[in-house]
Amino acid sequence: MAEADLALAERVANVRSRAGLDVARILVILGLGLVLFFLILPTLIVVPMSVGTASYISFPPEGFTLRWYIAYFRDPSWMSATWFSLRIAGVTTLAATVIGTLAAIALVRGRLPGKELLQAFTIAPLVVPHIVIAVAFYLTFAPLGLTGNFYGFAIAHTMLAVPYVVITVGAALQRFDPALELAALNCGATRLQAFFHVVLPNILPGVAAGAVFAFLASFDEATVAFFISGIEGKTITRKMFEDIDFNLTPVIAAVSTVLTLISLTLMGTIEIARRRSGAGSDH
Amino acid sequence: MPESSLAQPRIHGSPSSAGRYGTMTSLVLVSPLILLLGIAFAYPVGRLLWNSVFAPEPTLAHYTRIVAEPLYLVVLWRTFQIAFIVTVLAFLFGYPVAYAMARIPGRRAMLIAACVLVPLWTSILVRTYAWIVLLQRNGIVNTVLQETGLTETPLQLLYTQGAVILAMTHVLLPFMVLPIYSTLRNIPDDLAKAARNLGAGAPQAFIRITLPLSLPGAAAGTLITFILALGFYITPALVGGPRTLMMSTLIAQQTTELLDWPFAGALSAVLLTSTLLLAALYRRALSFSKGFSNG
Repeated sequence: MAEADLALAERVANVRSRAGLDVARILVILGLGLVLFFLILPTLIVVPMSVGTASYISFPPEGFTLRWYIAYFRDPSWMSATWFSLRIAGVTTLAATVIGTLAAIALVRGRLPGKELLQAFTIAPLVVPHIVIAVAFYLTFAPLGLTGNFYGFAIAHTMLAVPYVVITVGAALQRFDPALELAALNCGATRLQAFFHVVLPNILPGVAAGAVFAFLASFDEATVAFFISGIEGKTITRKMFEDIDFNLTPVIAAVSTVLTLISLTLMGTIEIARRRSGAGSDH
Repeated sequence: MPESSLAQPRIHGSPSSAGRYGTMTSLVLVSPLILLLGIAFAYPVGRLLWNSVFAPEPTLAHYTRIVAEPLYLVVLWRTFQIAFIVTVLAFLFGYPVAYAMARIPGRRAMLIAACVLVPLWTSILVRTYAWIVLLQRNGIVNTVLQETGLTETPLQLLYTQGAVILAMTHVLLPFMVLPIYSTLRNIPDDLAKAARNLGAGAPQAFIRITLPLSLPGAAAGTLITFILALGFYITPALVGGPRTLMMSTLIAQQTTELLDWPFAGALSAVLLTSTLLLAALYRRALSFSKGFSNG
């Protein structure tokens, strides 16, 4: 008798705790859904805003028009800012990739005094707040006439982008087996030949990823660009900042959609390549 | 084939062994980077800090001003307060997302990963702009609030501290999720299962097994979020107002409007010191978590 009671009590307790678990489960899934919605909403919202017909920002947007995109492509000030940003990002990508790859080789494979300190120095531009870098750069480079012009931006953005290249190429080099290079040297290749025929092809995915990071680090960079832009030399991010602050039109939504498409395409390509190559499991 | 069984390689040019590059070669390779960082980063930042103490003559007046004037103390306090609240919110929102990303299999995990990575890859300006659209007077949030009858007149949401906290939490959330995710992924699910087999309930298994093991990632995510929140400029500048002045927006104001470079230098020094101290902590948290995944 007593045993049956116990079994019954256990079953009741089980059912109760399971019902409690189900409620908890639903609450957790609901909460998770809300957070994911919170994360993705701002990126998604600019797309409908950019094709609505109203000339002020309203929601839900009515109608469908490409007028804001046309306005963006026809406006000389938006176009010159876009080209300025693209030129800077192009040069930054090239310079940061070359400088960063060379340094990564030395930092991973070379003999260097004070290597730890050098590595910390290399990633310092990522740690120091960009507002401090921006103000400091302006203080030193404005008197030299290097603000509001292409060369000043090329220097500043290469400095900001190069840590990303060192980190990505460094990681690729650490995965690369040095015995392969030794084998090439053993077969009579020179250091340079071994590098271009054996090392570089193996770390190329890392170098390419570093180059994309460098491009976006420059193209999307807003804080330093805000301080060292001029009336003539103005990046797309500085132009956006001004328009958001003073002149909130749907053209900004159109520009935002274009920028987002560029970023997502570039980063998505890297992510897919990374998953394909199996480097994503980093074991 | 073990390396020792290879014949001693005859290497042309460089005298280094074992495939490593000699000191001279290494120095040549790393010198463009040192030159670039020296000229464009270390020298300007050093000069800004130097100015705060020695321009025009040696003085600590700019530093005592930060502590002596209530306005600046309030800004300093507010900066840490906002960074703290943002970090706590990011942890509360971010941990469950990281957990789901690490434990849910297949397509749904991809969907969650996309929800984390897509905003991370979207320009900060675009995300800040989206929050302005959402929070403005005739914006979406106010429309929803009015239509559901929660409020009659539109609320002032933009340019408030709440708006700054909300937008910053959104922008920084992926930096919290990713480090936690990477430690959770390295914890075998079997550990929690073993605890369940030994009679622990699901909450108990989580609190006593999974949560403690994921602490290194949580520490790294928390510190990186806090560091980024302290020095954040774009979002507080656009979403905040005069009453939500933070360290970064105050530094900008001192340089662009008041042209007080020494004082901006002193403020930068305070911000920089706080950041570097936290970064040193971060390195420790990181080596801690590395120790875990290797052993």
